[in-house]
Amino acid sequence: MRALLGSVKALNGAEAVAYAVKQSNVDVISAYPITPQTIIVERLSEFVANGEIHAEYVNVESEHSALSTCMGAAAAGARTFTATSSQGLALMWELLYVTSGLRLPVVMAVVNRALSAPINIHCDHSDSIGARDSGWIQFYVENSQEAYDTVIQAFKIAEHSDIQLPVMVNLDGFHISHTLENVNILPDQVVSDFVGFRKPANVRVEYLGREVPAVLDGVTPISLGIIALSDYYYEFKMMLVDAIDKVKSVIKEVHNDYLKVSWRGYGDGLIDPYGVDGADIVLVIMGSAAGTVKYVVKKLLESGLRVGVLRLRTFRPFPYEEVVKVLSGVKVIGVMDRATSPGAYGAPLFNELRSALYDLDSRPTVVNFIYGIGGRDLEPLTVKRICEKLLEFGRGVKPASYVEYVGVRR
Amino acid sequence: MDVRHPLDRYLRTDRLPHIWCPGCGIGIAVSSLLRAIDRRVAEGLFTHDEVAAVSGIGCTARATFYLNFDSAHVIHGRAIPFAIGLKLVRPNLKVIVIGGDGDIAAIGGNHLLHAARRNVDLTVVMVNNMIYGMTGGQVAPTTPPNVYTTTTPSGNYEYAINIVKLLSALNVNYLARASVTHPHILERYLYTALGKEGLAFVEVISPCPEVFGRHIGYRDPVELFKKFKSMIKYEERPSLDKSDITLNLDKEVVIGEFVNSSRESFIKIIDRLGR
Repeated sequence: MRALLGSVKALNGAEAVAYAVKQSNVDVISAYPITPQTIIVERLSEFVANGEIHAEYVNVESEHSALSTCMGAAAAGARTFTATSSQGLALMWELLYVTSGLRLPVVMAVVNRALSAPINIHCDHSDSIGARDSGWIQFYVENSQEAYDTVIQAFKIAEHSDIQLPVMVNLDGFHISHTLENVNILPDQVVSDFVGFRKPANVRVEYLGREVPAVLDGVTPISLGIIALSDYYYEFKMMLVDAIDKVKSVIKEVHNDYLKVSWRGYGDGLIDPYGVDGADIVLVIMGSAAGTVKYVVKKLLESGLRVGVLRLRTFRPFPYEEVVKVLSGVKVIGVMDRATSPGAYGAPLFNELRSALYDLDSRPTVVNFIYGIGGRDLEPLTVKRICEKLLEFGRGVKPASYVEYVGVRR
Repeated sequence: MDVRHPLDRYLRTDRLPHIWCPGCGIGIAVSSLLRAIDRRVAEGLFTHDEVAAVSGIGCTARATFYLNFDSAHVIHGRAIPFAIGLKLVRPNLKVIVIGGDGDIAAIGGNHLLHAARRNVDLTVVMVNNMIYGMTGGQVAPTTPPNVYTTTTPSGNYEYAINIVKLLSALNVNYLARASVTHPHILERYLYTALGKEGLAFVEVISPCPEVFGRHIGYRDPVELFKKFKSMIKYEERPSLDKSDITLNLDKEVVIGEFVNSSRESFIKIIDRLGR
C-alpha cells in the first residue's frame, strides 16, 4: 500500500473548505459573514493577512455584493471563491442565474442552513435545493474530508473549457461545518499542480474573425450581459443546458484524476453506492446524514438483511442514468429528502429520482421520507424504522402514503 | 408583594434572560428606549398598544423578541422597508426600527437612505458597536480604520461609513448620536426622537467587549466601557465636521443633536395629497 500523501490535520468542515481554497491558487475571495458559514471566511482572511495565499479578500456589505464582486473578478479572468448559507444564498438569488448565464466559473461553498421564517441557523437543504434550477453545478458532501476534496475538484470542473459554469459545494451546517474530524491534506504543490491556474476559455468573435479569451482583459474588447429577447434568449439557455449535460463526464474525469493523486474517491464521482448490489431495499440520500444511514445499514447487513444506501454526490447535474443503472432490479426504494417543497407531491430528490425510474420495465416502489428540517436530528433508530417499513413494502404491504414526514410533531 | 420592575410591562419577561453578553451595551440602549417610551406613554402621545417594533437580524435586532409590543423580527437589512409597509397601513402606530450597524447601515444601507429621503415617519435606533457581533466579530462598514477583527487580522484597511454625515445630506427631521456610556443623554434623544414626525434617527455608540474589545486589546468589559466613556465628547449642537468616528486614542467621538427640523413628513404628504 502506498504511503499516505500529505498530512493529517484536525479540521472542521468549514476549515477544510478554507484549506482547500488556500491551496487552490485562488485570486479573489469575497464574502459576507453568516452563521454557520463564517468560519470559512474567517480562516481565509487569516490566510490572506498572513500572506499564506496571494489572493485579494474583499469584505463586502452583503451577499448580493459578495457574488457580484466574484462575478466581476471572474469576468476579468480571476479564479474566485465565495461562501454563504441560507438567507445569504437567498439574497444572491438573482445573481445565481446571471453567474451561470454569463458562464462565470465561480466556486461557492454553501453551508446548508434552513431558511427563514421562523429564523433558524441549523441544517436543512432548503437553501440550495431551491437554487437547483439556477444552472449551477451542485455537490453535496458527506464529511469534512469530502468537503476538502470536492472544493479542489470544483475549481477544475468549473473552469473546464467545455463547462465554464459555477459550482456550489454544499456541506451540512454544523453537522459538517462545525464538526472536528481528521482530514487528510495534500501537499500544497500537489494541489497547485492539480488545479493549476485559471485559463480562460476562448470565444470566437465573428467581427474579429478569430478566437479571443472570453474575459474582460483590456486587450480585446468583448461585451458581457447583452440583451437577447425572443430571437436569441432560448439559444443561450440551450447552450447552458448542453454545457451542463457534459458536466457528468467531466466530474468523473476530474474525480478519477484526483483519485490518482490523493488515493481518495467517492463512488464514480457522481453516486456513492454502499451495499446496493443485490439489495432488496435501498435508501437514497445526500449530505452528512448518509453517515448515519450507512451506520444503520451496516448493522442490518450484518444481521443478514439485504439493505443498501445510495448517496448522491451531485444533484445538478442529476445523475439519472447512473442512478437507474444501479437501482434497476431493486424492489423498494426510500428517498430521504432534507428539504420540503410545500404543495408538491414529495420533495425534490424524490421527484427527480422517481421520474428517472419511470422508464424501467418493472418499476420499484418509491417512498419519500422527509427528515431533518431545521436541524431536527435523524436518529439511527428512525433510520432503522424506515428500513423496517421498506422491508414490509418489499413483502407486499402497500404504503399508506408515498410521502412521509419523519420526526415531526403534528 | 409584587416586585416587578415598572418597565417590565414593556417586556416579554417569559423570554428572558436575554442573549446579550455581559458588558454589552445593547441592554442600556434598550432600557433607555423603554424609559423614553414610558415617558411618552405617560404624556399620552401614544399608548403602550400603539407602539410597534421592527428589527432585522443581529444582536440588537434580537430586542424585538423581548419587547412587549406588536413586533416583527424580519430579514437581515430589511427592517426599514417592512416598517414602512406597516406604517402605511397603520399610521396611528409609533413604529420603531431597532437594529445594529450591520443590519441598518451595511446590508440595509440602501433602505435607510431612501427612507431618509422620503422622510418616512419612523424612529430608527441604530446601535453601533462597529462590528458584526452575532456572527463572531467580523469587520463591518462601520468598523474604524486599523481595527483588528476576525476578517481583518492585520487591521482594517478600509474607511468607515459615517452615517450621521450621510443622513444629514438627506434632510431627516431628527438626527442625533448618543452613547450607552451616557444613558441620560441617550434617553433624552430617544425621547425627542419618539416625539418627531418624519424620520428620526438615533445612533447609539455601544461597546461590544466580547468580539470587538477583545480584538483591540481590551480584555475587560469595564475597561472597554471606560475607554468608550473617555472618548465621548458631548456637544449641544455639534458640527457635522466633527462626526467621524476614528477610535483613535487621541481623538474624541462627538455625541449630540446634529439635526432637529420639521420638514413635512411622508405620512403628512400623503394625507395632504388626499390619497
